[in-house]
Amino acid sequence: MKILIKNGRLIDPASDRDERVDILIDGGHVEKIDREISRTGKGAEVVDATGLVIAPGLIDMHTHLREPGYEYKETIKTGSRAAVRGGFTTIVCMANTDPVNDNRSVSEFIKSKAQAEALCRVLPCGAITKGLRGEELAQIGEMYEAGIVALSDDGKSVRNAGLLLKAMEYAKIFSLPIVSHCEDENLAQGVVHEGHASLLSGLDATPALAEEIIAHRDIMLAKYVSAPIHITHVSSGGTVGIVRDEKTRYGRLTADTCPHYFTLSDDATLTYDTNTKVNPPLRSGEDVKAVREGLRDGAIDIIATDHAPHDVPSKDVEFNLASFGIVGLETGFALSLALVHDGVLTLKELLRKFTENPARLLKLPYGSLRDGSIADLIIFDPDTEWVVDKTQFESKGRNTPFHGWKLRGKNRLTMVNGKIVYRDPAF
Amino acid sequence: MSWPYKDLLGTRELSKEEILLILHTAESFKEISRRDIKKVPTLRGKTIITAFYEPSTRTRVSFEIAAKRLSADTISISGTTSSAVKGETLKDTGKNLESMRPDVIVIRHSMPGAPHILAKALASSIINGGDGAHEHPTQALLDLFTIREKKGGLDGLKVAIVGDIAHSRVARSNIFAMKKFDMDVTCCGPPTMIPPFLEDLGVNVEYKLDKALADKDVIMMLRIQKERGGVSVIPSVKEYAMLYSLKEEHLQKANNGVIIMHPGPMNRGIEISDAVADGPYSVILDQVENGVAVRMAILFLLLGGES
Repeated sequence: MKILIKNGRLIDPASDRDERVDILIDGGHVEKIDREISRTGKGAEVVDATGLVIAPGLIDMHTHLREPGYEYKETIKTGSRAAVRGGFTTIVCMANTDPVNDNRSVSEFIKSKAQAEALCRVLPCGAITKGLRGEELAQIGEMYEAGIVALSDDGKSVRNAGLLLKAMEYAKIFSLPIVSHCEDENLAQGVVHEGHASLLSGLDATPALAEEIIAHRDIMLAKYVSAPIHITHVSSGGTVGIVRDEKTRYGRLTADTCPHYFTLSDDATLTYDTNTKVNPPLRSGEDVKAVREGLRDGAIDIIATDHAPHDVPSKDVEFNLASFGIVGLETGFALSLALVHDGVLTLKELLRKFTENPARLLKLPYGSLRDGSIADLIIFDPDTEWVVDKTQFESKGRNTPFHGWKLRGKNRLTMVNGKIVYRDPAF
Repeated sequence: MSWPYKDLLGTRELSKEEILLILHTAESFKEISRRDIKKVPTLRGKTIITAFYEPSTRTRVSFEIAAKRLSADTISISGTTSSAVKGETLKDTGKNLESMRPDVIVIRHSMPGAPHILAKALASSIINGGDGAHEHPTQALLDLFTIREKKGGLDGLKVAIVGDIAHSRVARSNIFAMKKFDMDVTCCGPPTMIPPFLEDLGVNVEYKLDKALADKDVIMMLRIQKERGGVSVIPSVKEYAMLYSLKEEHLQKANNGVIIMHPGPMNRGIEISDAVADGPYSVILDQVENGVAVRMAILFLLLGGES
């Protein structure tokens, strides 16, 4: 089946391209990109992309799909439906399922389930330690054979620095990056950021220091053994500074942040809305500014959603008792487009943080559109305004602090492997 | 002037005028408690539930007496007798209570924001009877009432609040309220009991007790909030008492006519000596008496009364 996309503005950061083109898709690949393609052979479906942007499918390197174990919060199927609605064609799912993805069987289960039911590519991230307990190494090699693309104990830090160092060394066999969730558990006793807002709300608070100390520790460990290190969900200005500074001396360091960290400050927690409870916590207005500056100057390479769906009972309780997490797949890209509208990033720079950069870190053959590429792409309108309605989410999770927000920029079509898997009803 | 809000959740969101309205209204109610027949029909037919998920003697009794003296019916439930132990959520408990058509629910809870859940979910008026380390607005209002009664006014007075500020909802509610009257507030305690950014609220921070008390018109002593982790941030209670216990000799540095306050429960010999607690400057029992009048005023105003 051939698909001809007509007259769209192709932005492909990896090839530094930004021009009006036609794209012919044949099978799972980009057959041809040209100024004008009129001869397509017989029976090509034509998609008119006039006035719209065509980009490589977005890659989200940090999601929680909750399967196996918490299918009442999300499944690989529903998570993937949310992903393609939001513009993502490849998502990486973290290991904190039940059972934990710390062995070949769970990795294979995720892969096969994704193969059968997912609308996008789902790549598992393996645990660093068995059961995420921080005591002994997980089956790293076996999980690699089963298809994991990174290692992380996301949800907590590996408290034992000696063990983490061993993991970093061992992972070098497979060139797997360590994705570091930075949180000193002794400092991180709270449910919100320690700052002016926590003083007003009386909620137990965690200082930014809890993140910064571990970020610095993990970077030092990685440097010591020349291993790749990725700092995930950077939320504090201090961490941005540490990453920026260390990058001048160490080339194997990367970092990501999430839309909520450059969109909301801890002032949002003053209403005790449990949808603002997330780990790491929403931080001060100064931190929000610093994260945006880190995105602008390149200290932060990647934007990930940390999509963390929960069922209603996990959130519809006292703030202290509520689960941590915000859903992000269906709002993340639109929230990020605000960085373009606000002049922080160009559209190409923004797309680079969703495509080329995560693809390079995870060594994926996606994230670029040129002749012969795998046909994972999106068509979006960067200017259309729409209102977030959580009741319409494809995700089972409705835990968003952005319900009712008017966002600018909307995904219109998502193609995975040459197949249209999502089309906006209005397109 | 009538009360513009459904609920009373904190002092932070109140204006100076709204606080004064409560204090004025309370003045007229205070006399009722000194009558031989301590009851007026003002809230006859109204139902008030006190839902206390944390232990309380003073506040609960104070609310119930206030309600009864206004002829309202009161029902009290507590953490141990409620459905909380059976796993029902606070919101569901609230909705069930609401089905029985109460007019006011007073809630005390160990978690900040718990009253806000009920306020959002229910049509009944919600009064925050203390939520974790967040606010205890009726305590702050009765404190201001007592200060005004004893000192003749509020504006510009110098106050020291001493103790476990970080874990204290009484401190927060008082600071928010006092700053609206341009009171000069100094918070004193070991640095581990002073929350970060406290100065942003416009208060002074002083670690030494004798310095904190100098030139003060009002001294408010707080207990160590053992249930909220207060003990783990000091070497020992004994050492705390050595450094922060209010004794008679301290009062020489304070202003003439200084008053000593304590929201209770007091720990004699720890934050306050017997001589001070029972001494001539102590207004601790006046606070308790005034609590009834202030809570009568709050119930009256929330239920649509006009001052």
